[in-house]
Amino acid sequence: MPTTDADIAARTKRIIASFQGVEAPLLEMLHAVQAEFGHVPGESQRLLADALNLSRAEIHGVTSFYHDFRESPAGRHVLKICRAEACQSMGGEAGAQRISDLLGIKFGETTKDGAVTLEAVYCLGMCATAPAAMLDGRPVGRVTGKRLESLVAEATR
Amino acid sequence: MTTTIYVPMDSGARAVGADDVAAAIMSEAARRKMDVRVVRNGSRGLFWLEPMIEVDAGGKRIAYGPVDAGDVASLFDAGLTTGGAHAKCVGPTEDIPFLKNQTRLTFARCGITDPLSLEDYERHGGLAGLRAAAAMTPAGIVKTVTDSGLRGRGGAGFPTGIKWKTVLDAPGARKVIVCNADEGDSGTFADRMIMEGDPFVLIEGMAIAGLATGATQGFVYIRSEYPDAIDVMRKAIAKARAAGILGKSVLATGRAFDIEIRVGAGAYVCGEETSLLNSLEGKRGVVRAKPPLPAHHGFLGRPTVVNNVISLATVPIILAKGAQFYKDFGMGRSRGTIPIQIAGNVRHGGLYETAFGVSLGDLVDKIGGGTATGRPVKAVQVGGPLGAYFPRALFDTPFDYEAFAAKDGLIGHAGIVVFDDTADMLSQARFAFEFCAIESCGKCTPCRIGAVRGAETMDNIRRGIEPQKQKAIVADLCNTMKFGSLCALGGFTPYPVMSAMKHFPEDFNTAPKAEAAE
Repeated sequence: MPTTDADIAARTKRIIASFQGVEAPLLEMLHAVQAEFGHVPGESQRLLADALNLSRAEIHGVTSFYHDFRESPAGRHVLKICRAEACQSMGGEAGAQRISDLLGIKFGETTKDGAVTLEAVYCLGMCATAPAAMLDGRPVGRVTGKRLESLVAEATR
Repeated sequence: MTTTIYVPMDSGARAVGADDVAAAIMSEAARRKMDVRVVRNGSRGLFWLEPMIEVDAGGKRIAYGPVDAGDVASLFDAGLTTGGAHAKCVGPTEDIPFLKNQTRLTFARCGITDPLSLEDYERHGGLAGLRAAAAMTPAGIVKTVTDSGLRGRGGAGFPTGIKWKTVLDAPGARKVIVCNADEGDSGTFADRMIMEGDPFVLIEGMAIAGLATGATQGFVYIRSEYPDAIDVMRKAIAKARAAGILGKSVLATGRAFDIEIRVGAGAYVCGEETSLLNSLEGKRGVVRAKPPLPAHHGFLGRPTVVNNVISLATVPIILAKGAQFYKDFGMGRSRGTIPIQIAGNVRHGGLYETAFGVSLGDLVDKIGGGTATGRPVKAVQVGGPLGAYFPRALFDTPFDYEAFAAKDGLIGHAGIVVFDDTADMLSQARFAFEFCAIESCGKCTPCRIGAVRGAETMDNIRRGIEPQKQKAIVADLCNTMKFGSLCALGGFTPYPVMSAMKHFPEDFNTAPKAEAAE
């Protein structure tokens, strides 16, 4: 779906307008922009800077500080694998390696066909059903064996 | 007659198939033309049994778990709707020892009620605390919270009442209550469970904090890794507003208080209160120097209370039952109860709320039932990624802020992560540095550079390059980080590192065995 700068600008302006009266709205705006476009386009950053009377450097500084915000699009699916201690204690690291091998990509990369982006996350709060993962916002626990393989299959679909 | 079946909507239960189970129950009931109502409750916190369903059999709840969608037909065959016997039946829920032996004050309703039903909430004692607070003076509310001995459950353990008093006494027309729901510590999920399972108790606690301090504006800063909690809290706030619990006149007192949800963006350091405030203001989540305290100069310069979810969610029962009731639980200066999260490689993992004072060994061996893998317990990390690794030799340590500090550890947000004997403590110590490097906000040099250098030094130990010298470098580095960092990220990373080196020195000997483990 090709998106022109003009289109991005028009949609970003609508998002900015929807935050009228909200105090200190930048983070919420960035979430809304990313929900709209799948990433935070440069054109949107320019408009956010104008709207909030900030420099583009400041917007870029905020966008790049947080792990969630991306400046280029992700794959169709985003698969997050918990790499924190509770999941480590249940063999999470071996599972993470297996998922990386099955997908043929490293953490932080997207498969060549654009199907899935693999990301590390540090705790999903499902530490008593470890190892844990999240596929497009849906929680998945006890990610070992068959459940691991069906999770990867679902992500690549 | 309608039969009520409870299937948790807690994300920990959803993660292991609760949605499929709920759908299977509905379709199986329809196929059998049975009158069944499925309530999506919070989790009881017995995660090894999740998805754990409960059926209301004549007023008594009977539990089954862990239930797979494929079990549902056979459950109906066995007479599920009347609590019939089945291999997955674990008997009356309240009689399960893990639950029966708890003291549930903060989590009194979690898993019992429909999280988004205000009627359920009130029927189970909800709003009693806020009603009591509405009839008191602000100073009176603050005194009750101070007298209860409640200390910050986020990890720092600072007395909640004293924080509130500072904000009450601070000059300023606009004051703010910020709920820190950026629960980033591995091994912790109490905040997530209460937000998903009993959201009104947090709202009630925040409204009480508003009445106590004169604050009119509230924020819940929830990490983005918790989409379900965000969703439930948003719905609960809308319902509370419609019911007059929030808004221009809280419970018709004429005093205003309202709450907004703000979503984090994947930065562990934003669990630290000053970087959280920066994040809330739409800035990079960089730590601020204190003073000024957030209580004097917080969100946009306004006097601000920043409290953890569990601290705020505990306030309603204190107001409802009185300071003395709460204070009577616990030991030493740790009063009341603490929801302990037993996680990682453990047979019976879940949420266990109990009075302070239970020993670490009882938590791991008796309550947790040892490891999930059945192998011996090697280490337990208490208090998240910045908490110390405890060996079996320290299992007599009672769960208490001061007792853990005396053993060079911390209870933090009360998560414990169990490791079996396959754990390699050098890897765990290296990970502590690596995590600090990934999540450092970059403000303090000891944290920003020290974490990277620490991971490199661990790699050198692994390779057997002058190991004694490297260990001395790590100790020196940890000392610098501990005393030269503004916040707990750089300041506490030494806890897991030094405890691993101290209690498990054999894992840091660069014998060929350590190399083979790579």
